Amino acid sequence: MNALTLDRIQFAFTITYHYLFPQLTMGLALLIVILKTLAFRTSEADVAQNYDSSARFWGKLFAINFLIGVVTGIPMEFQFGTNWAEFSRRTGGVIGMPLAMEGIFSFFLESAFLGLLLFGEKRLSRRMHWLSAFLVFLGSWISGFFIIVTNAFMQHPVGYRMLSNGQFEVTSFQDLLLNPWAWLEYAHNMCAAVVTASFFMSAVGALYLLQRREGPYGRTFLRIGVIAGIISCTAQVFPTGDLHGKYMAKHQPMAIAAMEGLFHSEKGAGMVLLGQPNYETETIDNPLVVNKVLSFLIYGTTSAEVEGLDQFPKDQWPSTLPLLFYSYHIMVGLGTWFGALTGFSALLLWRGKLYSSRWVLWPILLSWPLPYIATTAGWMTTEIGRQPWLVYGLIRTSQGYSSHVTASNGLFTLLGFLGIYSLLSFLWVILVYNHVQSGPPVADRDRAIALTA
Amino acid sequence: MGTIWFWIVALMLTAYVVFDGFDLGVGAVYLWVARTESERSQALRSIGPVWDGNEVWLIAAGGTLFFAFPLLYATAFSGFYLPLMIVLWLIILRGISIELRGHSSDPLWRTFFEALFCVSSALLTVFFGAALANVVRGVPIGADGYFFLPLWTDFRTGDNPGILDWYTVLGGVTALTALSLHGVLYLAMKTQGNVEERAMQLSKYAWIATAVLSATGIPATILARPASLTHYLSHPIAFIFPFMAFACLVVLRFSLSKGLQFSCFLASCGYLSSMFLGAAFGIFPVILPSVGIHGKDLTIDQALSAPHTLRVGLVWWSVGICLAVMYFCIVYRLFRGKVSVDDASYEH
Repeated sequence: MNALTLDRIQFAFTITYHYLFPQLTMGLALLIVILKTLAFRTSEADVAQNYDSSARFWGKLFAINFLIGVVTGIPMEFQFGTNWAEFSRRTGGVIGMPLAMEGIFSFFLESAFLGLLLFGEKRLSRRMHWLSAFLVFLGSWISGFFIIVTNAFMQHPVGYRMLSNGQFEVTSFQDLLLNPWAWLEYAHNMCAAVVTASFFMSAVGALYLLQRREGPYGRTFLRIGVIAGIISCTAQVFPTGDLHGKYMAKHQPMAIAAMEGLFHSEKGAGMVLLGQPNYETETIDNPLVVNKVLSFLIYGTTSAEVEGLDQFPKDQWPSTLPLLFYSYHIMVGLGTWFGALTGFSALLLWRGKLYSSRWVLWPILLSWPLPYIATTAGWMTTEIGRQPWLVYGLIRTSQGYSSHVTASNGLFTLLGFLGIYSLLSFLWVILVYNHVQSGPPVADRDRAIALTA
Repeated sequence: MGTIWFWIVALMLTAYVVFDGFDLGVGAVYLWVARTESERSQALRSIGPVWDGNEVWLIAAGGTLFFAFPLLYATAFSGFYLPLMIVLWLIILRGISIELRGHSSDPLWRTFFEALFCVSSALLTVFFGAALANVVRGVPIGADGYFFLPLWTDFRTGDNPGILDWYTVLGGVTALTALSLHGVLYLAMKTQGNVEERAMQLSKYAWIATAVLSATGIPATILARPASLTHYLSHPIAFIFPFMAFACLVVLRFSLSKGLQFSCFLASCGYLSSMFLGAAFGIFPVILPSVGIHGKDLTIDQALSAPHTLRVGLVWWSVGICLAVMYFCIVYRLFRGKVSVDDASYEH
């Protein structure tokens, strides 16, 4: 393998791994604020205690994931310079800006108030402790925003001009931050983060109920998880997913054609539910198609013409076309399952039957890893859709890497990351398993009440 | 504009050295100063609420460097490829060892994570010291503006240096002793009982080692990079930095004998800042000096971003940094005072 391929694999691997953690913590930060708010607003000491212990329980889980998110995030910033030097040289003046802003506006906020949230409960007033939780949430969501702004510039460059030496310069700070692509992608992405966290929380709730544990936590987690889940799953599809898709169809029509497996332009194009794109014959093998749906989804009428891959020169097609098709379909397929599961659970919750319906608790428990897969597939869809460009239409991926870092050095560091991240995964599983198994304190409740009183 | 951003980045890195410096130092001396289970968790609790925030200075400085000096970021980061990757792995291992020690109940695993914390902290300080020495000494920048350094060649500072040569190793060892001193002074200030006592004892030896190594560092720098002396001589005001470093060391020794722990720690902050800023002044207005025949120094002006970018940046940077300083004040104020051996209020 040459250096470019190794650099691509290393970046794809490290960023995919990294994003397993922030997607949970960004969602959890919101859920913790909800728990703290419920605790703050209730006047019954027992109920407030329940919510406070829940928040503490999830706060510790947050801390474990936050830490791994931070330590695997630092390499991302470094790798722009180490592995993508030419890209950094040319675009650093533009994309370096949101990255630096992320560091200054969100990481300081997040780390300072996470310290207060975790270590300060006995030193702070209840109001200040609530505020700490809120500021951690704010910090993590601002952080996500700046990262998406960076990515959006690579997807849909705005507010820049190119100098004669190939370097980019920001001409409009507002345009860079108000990039419509960024806002659509951000909304879609943050919904996904809440989906991940709410599925995690419902799964722990379902586990406790299935284990017939005493105490109120199983029900609390399940209730909050399902309610947050149904809201975020809905918003995930409509309006955020829908709008993002429409905007993408306008600005990256080729990516849409590849995602949908549309080799030839068509009026009243159908949507492929299942099938395998065949690169040789330029058709879909074993297709299962719903007629006219694609035209409707993109243009709002069933007869509109959708551009197929044949409209574009072959050397600009995404280099890993089937992977793009599959990741998109995995994302959509899992999204459908999430909607069905949370919709049904919410119905049972409303009817007051969810806690005792063990046959529904099982799928809720087992579904916790699926949002991770869906989010990863979603990211792959966006990022492979952008190929072969690094900055869409302006810099090719093959022009951006560090050409003087040899393949053997690239291989060495890739193996290093593989080794260290395997270790991290192993530790994560043990830590999270132990934490979930021990659960929030139930037997010690009286002591806990006495301590915080 | 370039000068402003040069000093902004230098100040952010100084903040990193001063803040993360003490928790790295605590890590490096940790196994000697804290012996029993409760002493070790006491030592860790003293940095628990703050170490993560301290590390943010590095990330924020990195981001600022990226957008203000993209060419430097591209050149230096790809050139120092291998050591930077090793630094990343050490940061990862160090971070998890702090967190995981707190989550393990088994004494065997606790010992393992304690050792990992100590080793990774010590190695990180050595790497950071060596990195700074590399920048002061210069790197072999090629005709295309890029370079690539192997980990070591023949340990000489010639035209064909590696990351490690006699000068950068000296830099690494100096950093280790200086940050260990910084760390024990922080521990002395923040703890009680045996840990405080041992930290106070160790600080006397660490002071001697730091003083000797700093004194060696100045002639060594002139030997490794004669240009730094010429630059100092043409701007004699710069001698304020080595003078300040020397003065801080003297104040530190004096405060040590009086047992004034806070003043010791402040003097150590002053010493580290003066040393770091003095090194930055030594290369200014070059931002990455070169060695060898092809090389042309990479200057601030060449590496700088476009003017509009920098003007906009200055606005949000000023706002952001004021907020960051405010958060730091809140956190350090809230967790002021000593951590006792069995104080549960730092646990989470």
